Amino acid sequence: MQLAVLVIYLAALITPWLFVQHQHRTAYLMAIVPAALTIWFAGHIPMIAAGEVLIHEFAWIPGLDISFTMVLDGLSLMFALLICGIGTFIVLYAGAYLKGHEDQNRFLVVLLAFMGSMLGLVLADNLITLFVFWELTSITSYLLIGFNHHQESARKAALQGLIVTVAGGLALLAGIVMLAIAGGSYSIQEILNSSNSVTSHALYTGMLICLLLGAFTKSAQFPFHFWLPNAMAAPTPVSAYLHSATMVKAGIYLLARLQPQIGGTELWTIILSTVGAFTLFTGAFMALRSTDLKKLLAYSTVMALGTLTLLLGIGTELAMLGFAAYLLAHSLYKGALFMLAGIVDHEAGSREVTELGGLRKQLPLTAILTGVAALSLAGIPPLFGFVAKELLLEAMIDGAFAWFIYALVIVGSIFIVTVASVIALRPFFGAFKAPKSADKIHEPPLAMLAGPIVLVALSLVAGLLPGLAGYWITQPATNAVAGTVVDGYLALWHGLNLPLLLSAVSLIAGLILFKMWDNVRNRLRILDPIIARGPERGYFLFMDAIVWVAEWQTRKLQNGSMRNYLRTIVLVFVGLTGYTLLARYQVHWNFDISVYFHELLVLGVLVAAAITASVTHSRLGAVAAMGGVGYTIALVFILFSAPDLGITQILVETLTVILLVLVLFRLPSFSNISTTRERIRDAAVALTVGVLMTFLIMITIDVQLFEPISGYMIENSYPLAHGRNIVNVILVDYRALDTLGEIFVLALAAMGVYAMIKFNPQTAPGANHFAGTLILPPKKIPEKDIVHSLDEIHLAMLEKEEILAPGDVAENNGKKIAAASDAKSNPDLSPNASDGHDDDVAEGDGSSESDNNQRKEDKPS
Amino acid sequence: MMKPGTLILHAAARFLVPLQLLFSVFLLLRGHNEPGGGFIAGLVASGAFALYLFTFGAAVTRDLMRVDPRNLIGIGLFFGMISVFPALFNGQPLLTAQWWPIMLPGGTEIKLSTPLIFDIGVYFAVFGSVMLMLIALTEAEEH
Repeated sequence: MQLAVLVIYLAALITPWLFVQHQHRTAYLMAIVPAALTIWFAGHIPMIAAGEVLIHEFAWIPGLDISFTMVLDGLSLMFALLICGIGTFIVLYAGAYLKGHEDQNRFLVVLLAFMGSMLGLVLADNLITLFVFWELTSITSYLLIGFNHHQESARKAALQGLIVTVAGGLALLAGIVMLAIAGGSYSIQEILNSSNSVTSHALYTGMLICLLLGAFTKSAQFPFHFWLPNAMAAPTPVSAYLHSATMVKAGIYLLARLQPQIGGTELWTIILSTVGAFTLFTGAFMALRSTDLKKLLAYSTVMALGTLTLLLGIGTELAMLGFAAYLLAHSLYKGALFMLAGIVDHEAGSREVTELGGLRKQLPLTAILTGVAALSLAGIPPLFGFVAKELLLEAMIDGAFAWFIYALVIVGSIFIVTVASVIALRPFFGAFKAPKSADKIHEPPLAMLAGPIVLVALSLVAGLLPGLAGYWITQPATNAVAGTVVDGYLALWHGLNLPLLLSAVSLIAGLILFKMWDNVRNRLRILDPIIARGPERGYFLFMDAIVWVAEWQTRKLQNGSMRNYLRTIVLVFVGLTGYTLLARYQVHWNFDISVYFHELLVLGVLVAAAITASVTHSRLGAVAAMGGVGYTIALVFILFSAPDLGITQILVETLTVILLVLVLFRLPSFSNISTTRERIRDAAVALTVGVLMTFLIMITIDVQLFEPISGYMIENSYPLAHGRNIVNVILVDYRALDTLGEIFVLALAAMGVYAMIKFNPQTAPGANHFAGTLILPPKKIPEKDIVHSLDEIHLAMLEKEEILAPGDVAENNGKKIAAASDAKSNPDLSPNASDGHDDDVAEGDGSSESDNNQRKEDKPS
Repeated sequence: MMKPGTLILHAAARFLVPLQLLFSVFLLLRGHNEPGGGFIAGLVASGAFALYLFTFGAAVTRDLMRVDPRNLIGIGLFFGMISVFPALFNGQPLLTAQWWPIMLPGGTEIKLSTPLIFDIGVYFAVFGSVMLMLIALTEAEEH
């Protein structure tokens, strides 16, 4: 199974190469991968239906209880089949839908990467692995929603989706850690099979809330549902795949997966039922107000997700049966409906139902398929959607805990009948209406129709033979969700009972509502101001608040004064550490007075050098004194027999002095800019931290929290690590991972220094302005400074390139150029200077740059 | 900023650079059992070129080094990373030290190992980082 996930990622990797040769046909080639996997997973159906569980173990980081072990049981099998099966058709569909799009290549890569991540998510047994895949789906979803990245709306929607789901992901991570503490393992199987109850653990409430936050944001539950309709900015294959059939069900999957161990409590029932019912109603209601086909479908997806949560909340065996059936039914019809909506959009040029009508002549097959799929959405026999809906109603009557849930569900199902009628009837019947002329509209290629045909056929077959789908697919999934073997069956005909009556009532009411739809929609406009104040407004307020806080704290803490930074860091350190020290351990006064004379001597030199460094007025003197401090410390290391540390200290100190000397000459001449009061304050801060450090060291001598590891290291240095130099063995063997991290940090620091020096606008004008333009606001430099520095620069340039005539650069820099066009037409400029010139504009005038960007954005849309 | 090197400095730098480089390799190789190791050796090697840099300036030093310091950093990180994986092939957690002792004719044993590769990586990363900063600063001075 690990291989299955890997294969998809590999397919994503090789797609770019194949694409060069095969263009959009790459998609048809790539569809083989999920198709093969579908068959492979389907081959396991009999085994799983017989009650077995397939486990493939694979160690990843055993020391942290993290593994790549994958488990195939009823629930993950159903998901895997949906992911690979629908995925096959989506890849085919995308091949035709985005044919000729310049970025189709990128699209296929990300789509396949998403597929792999989603498959990994539902197969993973380890909570951490699951979390990694979870975040991967968020990231790939972000890339796919923002696929048309030149449109601002797409970028915003992508960012919104990402922030909501990733914020939830953070909560999920906390929840996972708590779950692992409560359950005693990171392995889901072990948690589920463990006998100690997670629900009675002290962490249960916090854990449940964190897990639910993660699941609800991912699965677009009220009040986080708003990102899902916005995500419709993505191309249709993405909406069909991620935002209806698979990814948004990840949250539901997680809850279903953990249900046997964390579910069933009062808290669980109340939160899930309430949130689920509200989401159901919100989705259905918002769908009723929408006219965009994809928005209609998106809100009805929100409704379906709410239904699934509600069923999990009800938690009876009947509800579990309904859960599995509803999940399957929804994926089948919703995937098909989205693809069909995409066909209508693609062929007729619009997906606004008010702009469409009478397309049945041009798109007969599409019309029929949409009709059948919409029947399933509305829950009308003999489609599988009906079976699922009957179970939902039955489970609700049987187990829901409050009357308002009944009301919300019934009103929701009335609305959804209306929505289904709108989708099925509006675009295809009545007088012809479409942005494109009738003779240009024709059925799409088979690649786009294949998905809807198969999915609709499956809806129909599963509806006519519910026992079959029940036995092979939903029953094993139900057992996995319930944690026990559930005794139940799926049937089309449940007899004349209350659910059937409710279905009939909602059907009739829904159809009546459809007749008055335009009217109702107009009436509902009066609610617009209230809806505008909905949860999405909370999101925007939150985002604004982040910006505000960031701005505030940057202004306060990072105001550009080095001394201020240092003081902030030091004072926070003193405050927190000092508090902990006093509160926990009191002050230890532990002076071992028996020092040797030469030690006192070294100490004296050290103190003298330190004092010299802080009071001297000569920079060079300060550097030398600092060097003295460093070398004396090296001497201390050597005295206490740590030759490695001593050597390192000496070398580092030497190089530091060299570096400082190199920098020294670049600094302005020494001057006292701080007042005496400030100097006293700074001295006090410095003294405080020195005193604190002294006490800290004394405590580390006295307080031994753990058995020191040094004994183990000394003992095993030679036998295990074959080295007698323990310091080196620690660096390259015991703690090699730390060292590896450190050399990377060192490399980054060196690159940072290099970038700061090389890309400094004052060192090399026109060469590169990265650092200047990105970080610093336009600087206001006094006139005399500009002339002064430019002269120098100018000389350097003359020497090097012998191109510029005197005065050009000074002139261009002196007056700020308002727009790039002006600059280009400036006749004074030699061609070579124009590079530097553009940069000058970018740096000098931020507003004109953003204007340009604005213009660039506007053009393609 | 710096005056052209004096005669003594000139002469000393020419002789000291190879000696210091040799010493740095010595430190690197003995590091596992005696004081030394990749970090210290890297610093010594940079010290050697720092001296040369002070004497002859950035351009000459670059010529002498032949390899761009940025590439040295890359080489260092590369060595550091390749020492991570051999353990995987023996089914051990990443970074577990692997030893491949080789008997040379004459009875000397050379112990090749991933910690050695790793230490060489540290050596080059430290060497490259320090030289990158020093040369960049010197070049900024010279302009």
